[in-house]
Amino acid sequence: MIVILTLTMLEVCHLTASYRNHLALQDVSFVLHPGQVTNLLGPNGAGKSTVLKALLGLIPLHSGTILWQKTPFRQHLRRVAYVPQRSTIDWDYPITVENVVRLGRVRQTGWFRDLSPRAKAIARYALDRVGMADYGRHPIGELSGGQQQRVFIARALAQEADIFFFDEPFTGIDHQTEAVLFDVFAQLKAEGKTLLVISHDLGNHLAHYDQFLLLNQTLIAAGSQKEVMCPDCLERAYGKGFFIRAA
Amino acid sequence: MFNPFTFLLEPLQFAFMRDALLMGAILGVLCAVTGSYLIVRQMSMIGDVIAHSVVPGISLAFFWGWDLTLGAFITGLLSAIVVALIEQRSPVKVDAAMSLTLTSFFALGILLIARLRTNQVDLTKLLFGDILEVTPSDVWRTALITLGILLLVKLFYKELLFYSFDPLGAQASGLPVQWLYLGLIGAITLTIVATMQVVGVLLVTALLIGPAITAYLWVKELHQMMILGGILGALATVGGMYSSYYFDLPSGPAIVLVIFSGFVITLLFSPRQGLLTRHWRHPNAQP
Ligand SMILES: Nc1ncnc2c1ncn2[C@@H]1O[C@H](COP(=O)(O)OP(=O)(O)OP(=O)(O)O)[C@@H](O)[C@H]1O
Ligand SMILES: [Mg+2]
Repeated sequence: MIVILTLTMLEVCHLTASYRNHLALQDVSFVLHPGQVTNLLGPNGAGKSTVLKALLGLIPLHSGTILWQKTPFRQHLRRVAYVPQRSTIDWDYPITVENVVRLGRVRQTGWFRDLSPRAKAIARYALDRVGMADYGRHPIGELSGGQQQRVFIARALAQEADIFFFDEPFTGIDHQTEAVLFDVFAQLKAEGKTLLVISHDLGNHLAHYDQFLLLNQTLIAAGSQKEVMCPDCLERAYGKGFFIRAA
Repeated sequence: MFNPFTFLLEPLQFAFMRDALLMGAILGVLCAVTGSYLIVRQMSMIGDVIAHSVVPGISLAFFWGWDLTLGAFITGLLSAIVVALIEQRSPVKVDAAMSLTLTSFFALGILLIARLRTNQVDLTKLLFGDILEVTPSDVWRTALITLGILLLVKLFYKELLFYSFDPLGAQASGLPVQWLYLGLIGAITLTIVATMQVVGVLLVTALLIGPAITAYLWVKELHQMMILGGILGALATVGGMYSSYYFDLPSGPAIVLVIFSGFVITLLFSPRQGLLTRHWRHPNAQP
């Protein structure tokens, strides 16, 4: 069992990345294990989204290696499902919920082929898992923010990926959608998937995570809740006076 | 007595009108399909950039004795690539990059025409189009281009849908988004090159954007936007040509204004988005 675990992990070593001449990440290293949910934390502009983009090859790396099962991660991008930060989507796009979720099957289907009935069934099931089965024929722009977020989670589920990246899935959603999300996380965890979740939440929901990464350009702390949520680390990430503001 | 049959049939006795109408209808369909992508990618302006940037290509092709369409295609495509490079490699915003590229390519074209003495390139025709010049071989070529592009759109529909809706997500899932972008731009350039003969480079964007954006107000999916847009586009070009025939109007502007009328009517009355329909349904609602 241990052998399998060490084989299928995602290893990030000495990652450094920049935008034009602004250094966004410096020497970031961590490991993600299957069956674990990792929380990536840090203040605005810390480089959290940049970590995901660097992992996905959306921005060029300065240096560093990313390995999955000891082979370059680049070769395994098909195994990854990515839910981008909400602001990157044009919500007036003419597309229905059903077809958004089906986009999750595009890569698996391959070029020059229509989606199979099985692919459509997978998409339908994914929509059901996030409690949105009744909204298939609705235009995506006519849903609430939380509902749109659920649809994107469904799209990620439809990919049947092994690795899931979520960029701030909890912004602007209510308790019900939050509960749905944590449910989905728990299911994926039980299926042995690897999850990396960006969130700003330092309070109530930390119990849902197995590992924490505290980032501010460099990795300030990594490990369990106790190790990472120490006053000293938080002060180094968020700056002095953080506790006064948080209190 | 007004007889609708003679009204519709009279222009058809002229071979040039038959060719022009057929060409217009085909282009109406083609423009709506490629134009839909421009709209949903929020890059309508790039149509204008490409349309203006074909001018230097036409002048050079004329000078070297090439097919004018080829020259137009090359510089048109080049302009879109220049815009993309400026956007990606510098903090310059895309609208500024577009304005600068558009005017520079156009200026270069005018300069080349003057310098290479390719004045036989009739500038007025280039700018405003001339349906009287449409030959049967033009119609054939346009039909082939249209068939080719429609086939490609069908083949790559799901990838293009993904890319145009969520470029970041598409790239993350491993789709070659740079190639998809280039393919889209190539198809749009081809569309513009084929269309400018009818409406001219200054008005070509109207045909690309107008019917598709009108359709957008009626439907809720991209493919529906293309189909309805195609029908509206064909109707509008044909309608524009009839009014041009009967009222002795220049055909390009006539087509463009028919398209705009259709858009305004839709804006006021469409069931989902219409400004007036909304008002009638909820008379007391704030606009
Ligand atoms: N496209 C870009 N071009 C230039 N600089 C960028 C770009 N995107 C991000 N940056 C810079 O890189 C740094 C990290 O940005 P990033 O988006 O990764 O932060 P983040 O931790 O996700 O913040 P937030 O919590 O606000 O989402 C920031 O200082 C930002 O200014
Ligand atoms: Mg971010």
